[in-house]
Amino acid sequence: MDEVCTGLCHLLVESGADAGLARFLSLLVGVLLVSGIPLITVILLIWIERKVAARIQDRIGPNRVGPVGLLQTIADMIKLLSKEDITPTAADRVLYNAAPLVSFASVVLIWAVIPFTPFHFGVDLEIGALYFVAIASFGTLAIMVAGWASNNKYALLGAFRVVSLLVSYEVPLVFALLVPVMLAGSMSLLDIVNAQTGMWFVVLSPLAFVIFYVSAQAETGRAPFDLIEAESELVAGFNIEYSGMKFGMFFAAEFLHVFTNGILMALLFFGGWMGPLYYESPLIAFAWLGAKGGLIYFTTLWLRNTVPRLRIDQIMAFNWKFLVPLSIANLIFISLALKVMQELGISPRDLVSAGFVELLPTTVVLLLINGAMTVYLLGLLRKRGQEARRESMAARAALAQAAD
Amino acid sequence: MNVLNEWAFIGLFAVLAPVFPALPIVIAWLFRPRKPNVLKSSTYECGVETIGDAWVQFRVQYYIYGLIFLVFDVEMVFLFPWAVAYNEMSLFGFVAGFLFIFLLTDALFYAWKKNALDWK
Repeated sequence: MDEVCTGLCHLLVESGADAGLARFLSLLVGVLLVSGIPLITVILLIWIERKVAARIQDRIGPNRVGPVGLLQTIADMIKLLSKEDITPTAADRVLYNAAPLVSFASVVLIWAVIPFTPFHFGVDLEIGALYFVAIASFGTLAIMVAGWASNNKYALLGAFRVVSLLVSYEVPLVFALLVPVMLAGSMSLLDIVNAQTGMWFVVLSPLAFVIFYVSAQAETGRAPFDLIEAESELVAGFNIEYSGMKFGMFFAAEFLHVFTNGILMALLFFGGWMGPLYYESPLIAFAWLGAKGGLIYFTTLWLRNTVPRLRIDQIMAFNWKFLVPLSIANLIFISLALKVMQELGISPRDLVSAGFVELLPTTVVLLLINGAMTVYLLGLLRKRGQEARRESMAARAALAQAAD
Repeated sequence: MNVLNEWAFIGLFAVLAPVFPALPIVIAWLFRPRKPNVLKSSTYECGVETIGDAWVQFRVQYYIYGLIFLVFDVEMVFLFPWAVAYNEMSLFGFVAGFLFIFLLTDALFYAWKKNALDWK
């Protein structure tokens, strides 16, 4: 909200306001504008999520309150407002009350660096990507605090599991994030989007996108990584002792986090607002970003409602023995191939301002490398699956023999 | 916007961000009923009384994952500047970054072979 800020600032100073106060007020307006977008979206997201889940499960979903149930969230909010709020006597009151605030704030804070159009953004931090990683870890902290402060065994167990899951999947997430940062030569999200004028990063490095997508799904605690809820095992996990509006805040934070990740993936890998006619008007650019982010968001909902939950040992083994080595190998191969091609003169030294035609040879080579890696990995997974099946067959046979 | 202004924006955002979720909670505090009793505010269990505290020692496996994560987290912080400077990097800087990655990957494989990554 660059222009709004400076414009408002000038206006206030001209009308005789104190310069410091004018700057503060214009910053305040900027913050409220930027944070308003996620806060309004989240109300809609809850409805979308429920409606999509219902359709996938062959139900109708909310359809009573307002047209096609659009006002359902408002009704739910009013209901939550009138709910009694129970704080267990054994809990640590201060931390217990702080956890939902931190949880929601950690998601809203990410939006400070998200550019909505080429000209409309909160701030364009030079370290935007690193800022996102740092802020997202606050969400993990909130879960740990909530589980610990509840002083309930289920809550604590749930929190331990979830935190070990979130912390583990942060490693491949950041390794995948390093690829767009490397290709754009900048951590600023605005620069990363602008660097995709020639070619979207998802084409240059599809594997990095897949790794980021899977880790983001785990980071938000969605199926197949939904240990965060695990109703059948841990009753409700870390938020078991929460009720009323505090419980609602955890849920709102989760819904918003999923959508935020969708928008981030659109920015990092799908060229953000790039699309036909995006330069004509900021509104078109904004619509493109929303459409891409929304589409990715939809696929995460689809995945969530389709696949079953994994066991914790499977989840951890998949991360540390597959995803982390893969993300490191991906980073090494891409950076090595790119450097060799730059030395040979096949790909341009300056990737950022290179056009589509200049980048074409680079794209083909990187795609081939990615394809070869994918074929190798699928073979590896197939072999591993066959081994696992053989092992379980042998165990079953041994059991049958013992029974005889 | 200059650098100071950027961080002033983030600072103000960080101050206001917890206020957004706090607002509905405070409004709920005004409207909600208050009828606490001993049973209601006791720790949740499956129909029986909770024995003892939940604030106990935890499994060492979580600690091991935490340690491995820490190694990689520090590594990643160093790799960000490496990735940003990638296009203008000399061969020396490029190889140095590679050695750094290999050293830490080595640590991962060590933990793997020691079965530290298995959920026990």
